[in-house]
Amino acid sequence: MAITEKTPLELGPGDTARYVERPLGVFTRPQGGRGWRDWLSTVDHKRIGILYGASAMFFFVVGGVEALLIRLQLAAPEGSVLSADVYNQVYTMHGVTMVFLFIMPLAAAFANYFIPLQIGARDVAFPRLNALSYWIWLSGAIFLNTSWIVGGGGADCGWFCYATNSGVAFSPSHGVDFYAIGLQILGIASLVSSINLIVTCLNMRAPGMTLMRMPVLTWMLLITQFLLLFALPVITVALFLLMFDRLFDAQFFNPDAGADPLLWQHLFWIFGHPEVYIIILPAFGVVSEIIPTFSRKPLFGYEFMVFSGIAIGFMGWGVWAHHMFVSGIGPISVAAFSLSTMFIAVPTGVKVLNWLATMWGGRLRFTVAMKFAVATVAMFTIGGLSGVTHSVAPADTQQTDTYYIVAHFHYVIFGGGVLGLFAGLYFWWPKVWGHFLNERLGNWNFWIMLVGFNLTFGPMHILGLQGMSRRIDTYARGYGFEFWNMAATVGSLLIAVSVVVFMWNVVKSKRDAPHLPPPGPDPWDARSLEWSIPSPVPEHNFDTVPQVHGRDDWWHNKYAENDEGTVVRVATVEEAAQTGEATGVHLPSPSFWPLAVAVGLPLIGYGLIFNLWLALIGALLTIASLYSWAMEPVDDPDATHDHHDDEATEGSSTEGDQP
Amino acid sequence: MSAEPLVADHGHAADEDGHDEHATTTGLSHTKLAMWVFLGSECLLFGGLISTYLLYKTRGNGRTLPTDVFDIPFTSVSSFVLLMSSLTMVLALSAVSRGEDEAGRTWLLATALLGGIFIGGQVYEFTTFVREGVAFTTNPASSAFFTLTGFHGVHVSLGIVMLMSLFVASVKGKLTQRNAETVEIVGLYWHFVDIVWIFIFTVIYLIPAD
Amino acid sequence: MSDTATSEHPEPATGAAGEHSDADHDEGHAHPSDWAYAKIAIVLAVITALEVFTYFETVLDWGVALVPSLIFMMVVKFYLVATWFMHLRFDSKLFGRMFTAGLTLAVGVYLVTLTVFEFWV
Ligand code: HEM
Ligand SMILES: [Cu+2]
Repeated sequence: MAITEKTPLELGPGDTARYVERPLGVFTRPQGGRGWRDWLSTVDHKRIGILYGASAMFFFVVGGVEALLIRLQLAAPEGSVLSADVYNQVYTMHGVTMVFLFIMPLAAAFANYFIPLQIGARDVAFPRLNALSYWIWLSGAIFLNTSWIVGGGGADCGWFCYATNSGVAFSPSHGVDFYAIGLQILGIASLVSSINLIVTCLNMRAPGMTLMRMPVLTWMLLITQFLLLFALPVITVALFLLMFDRLFDAQFFNPDAGADPLLWQHLFWIFGHPEVYIIILPAFGVVSEIIPTFSRKPLFGYEFMVFSGIAIGFMGWGVWAHHMFVSGIGPISVAAFSLSTMFIAVPTGVKVLNWLATMWGGRLRFTVAMKFAVATVAMFTIGGLSGVTHSVAPADTQQTDTYYIVAHFHYVIFGGGVLGLFAGLYFWWPKVWGHFLNERLGNWNFWIMLVGFNLTFGPMHILGLQGMSRRIDTYARGYGFEFWNMAATVGSLLIAVSVVVFMWNVVKSKRDAPHLPPPGPDPWDARSLEWSIPSPVPEHNFDTVPQVHGRDDWWHNKYAENDEGTVVRVATVEEAAQTGEATGVHLPSPSFWPLAVAVGLPLIGYGLIFNLWLALIGALLTIASLYSWAMEPVDDPDATHDHHDDEATEGSSTEGDQP
Repeated sequence: MSAEPLVADHGHAADEDGHDEHATTTGLSHTKLAMWVFLGSECLLFGGLISTYLLYKTRGNGRTLPTDVFDIPFTSVSSFVLLMSSLTMVLALSAVSRGEDEAGRTWLLATALLGGIFIGGQVYEFTTFVREGVAFTTNPASSAFFTLTGFHGVHVSLGIVMLMSLFVASVKGKLTQRNAETVEIVGLYWHFVDIVWIFIFTVIYLIPAD
Repeated sequence: MSDTATSEHPEPATGAAGEHSDADHDEGHAHPSDWAYAKIAIVLAVITALEVFTYFETVLDWGVALVPSLIFMMVVKFYLVATWFMHLRFDSKLFGRMFTAGLTLAVGVYLVTLTVFEFWV
């Protein structure tokens, strides 16, 4: 029913007048509402973005601790930090945590916070569904991790959890059950949020914000949402089958009964390859905002950027079996998927060239954000190149299931995705919090992370080619693996240090903020709409919804060409930016029901594993909450609202400031 | 995806007359767009389950296959019932959007009833199959069959719940011409479930398994 | 800096309202009459009867045409429900695009999967 919710908020482009017709009245939230309860019921896309970001950072630490355990175990031959069994659980949960509980929600944080701001909207299309997505995601994340306590250990089948390894025979604890159900819950969260954000992008753009004027970050996030929309149902099917096999004795992956375990591999990777673009495209978007800003040039080849993103999104659906070259899918399939994989490198290369061309001849400013962005391009390129080496099937036969693969995907995921999102954190921090992250500490953060990252994952290329296989809990002396493993472990400790530096930076820059000048709306002299409003962003985002006249509209409010054709400043930030002082803008009312709905789902999960009565209780809770949700008016009828403020809002238009 | 048709600049239009309730960039309703996007996603969900069944339909592990116990005449009748529920659904929508609440309620109820008959038929079919030796855990084919059709049945049941909710809302006077769109949204879901069954009926039941 | 190149002007408004015109029904407003729906339902019923008819091979031997004709009839039914009952033919093309995107992707991806499993041989 949630999907059929009546349009909860018509915070359309700019006109507040139509809310006056609403018989129920509307709610103006008090500006000072900062208690913890407000966070539980918030439907504000910015707060939800912050919740996603903060929870993602928490799970980054969890996944990081698991990574360090792996590296400590492998630092020297015959390691004994973890038993073989626990080692299996730790690397599986590491992979699952980093992918589903760290990088995806961190990207969701950016999507929630910045899509509405970049397209000039006051919220997403369905604010309560947005809250629902977050709470479901969180309940799934907690559910997944409780398997350490109540499930007899984490899942131990690797993050792609191949059949028949995932069956009860080989994985008798409840870990895999938690994996199967937990990922389904997380999938619901991402699915709901992808629908929400797609509708937002298509339907809530400010006047004049055509699709081909949307900032590239929004574009890449939109493509990501489409990938989520279509990829999640596929893994849901796979998880569904796995769950029935394990809990209700179905025969989907039982070769003795004539089933084909390759079915799992196909379903998983039909999802899995789009998933890698789900991880990397948001970072591409971030980098595409940062590099033009600090090169003081428009993005080179905007159309190419957008269309190569779309091309990647399409082609990402036709390459999945490159993960299965050694699974026995037959020579024709191998040849076909090998070819399609080689082609997908083309649009990716286009992007890299465009970033380079953007920097070419620009007036570069190497802030921490810019350093992270440039490092993202460089490290991603390395990972991309080793990826092309796997597309050659005969070579991949040597590489697969070795540390060479581990090196590859960390160069793309960590070097591309994580560094890219860190660039975004440094770039948008002042917008979100109203103060900068400390640049000096940021430099330490950056350099330690970059060195640590290369020291950790660079040597894994060598180890892999030397034949060290992936997912082994230890190795014997004398294979020549000792030195590089120790190097990788040292590197992983450096990464840990850099993350601590980041955390310290967060604390310190907040503490120092009162003594420093505020960043103002547009500290970096940037280009897109979110920089035209105060930092931190006021609750209603835009005083008046902007009228967009072109790409990089905000930049054109500040600069124009004079008669000689040189670009000159025509307005200061203070002149061009909105003041954020509008009052009485109508915002959707908070609601506790999204949280209540989300609480029911893990109960269903525990119930399926342990006791069906519990599942029934969870289902009743969810259904009752959904009904209460449907009954609850979108706008709180008891809240007061002063209509006179509407007129005031309409007066303070920025339109006169357009060049 | 070609961008051009999507760039329609409805924002301007909405700004000028200012009071358009549905002022969105494309001029389309959020909820309806969301429903269509969701249905696009559902295609991959049902597609996965259907492919699983197709892959496994002859894998009986030496025991009875679902295809051995299909009762085509019976399933034809219940398929027909579901098909006709799409007609009553669309009539419900057109009645509600004309403001004929009474007729709207009748058609809503009729749709739910037809859906209920379909579900009843499915329950009967399942129990008969089990009696004839095809249970959920019998072989890969049976697991895939029950999962696919059961999953579809759950979709139909959810649809019935939504229809009944609309019915109750209408009795309470909360469902009027003004929110006919809600009926339309539920209708979209309902027709989609019907469409899936059109596919299942042909591909799983009618096309002979060699 | 050739930033000015980006200030192209938006297309004139076309969209939901404009696209109604491609509907070839005879009323002036967006939705067809109940009788039109009933006619579609009758067509659907007839096709279903034909489909079920194929099951009784004794009546008529369809030979190799069986599977293609079944698929054809299925597609027609699918199309009729989507375009008429789900209003795709009267509504904005954007809705149809969202749906067909998912549909074609599903058909493509799963056909390839079945092919890799050598399902057809
Ligand atoms: C703190 C830095 C990190 C270190 C030291 C690290 C270390 C490792 C190691 C050694 C493995 C291989 C385990 C094995 O195959 O035996 C691994 C697997 C993996 N890592 Fe990381 N990792 C780090 C960060 C990340 C991040 C940020 C992500 C994703 C966003 C990630 C995603 C994965 C995935 C998907 C796997 C595969 C898990 C599996 O084989 O099932 N890692 N990591
Ligand atoms: Cu891949």
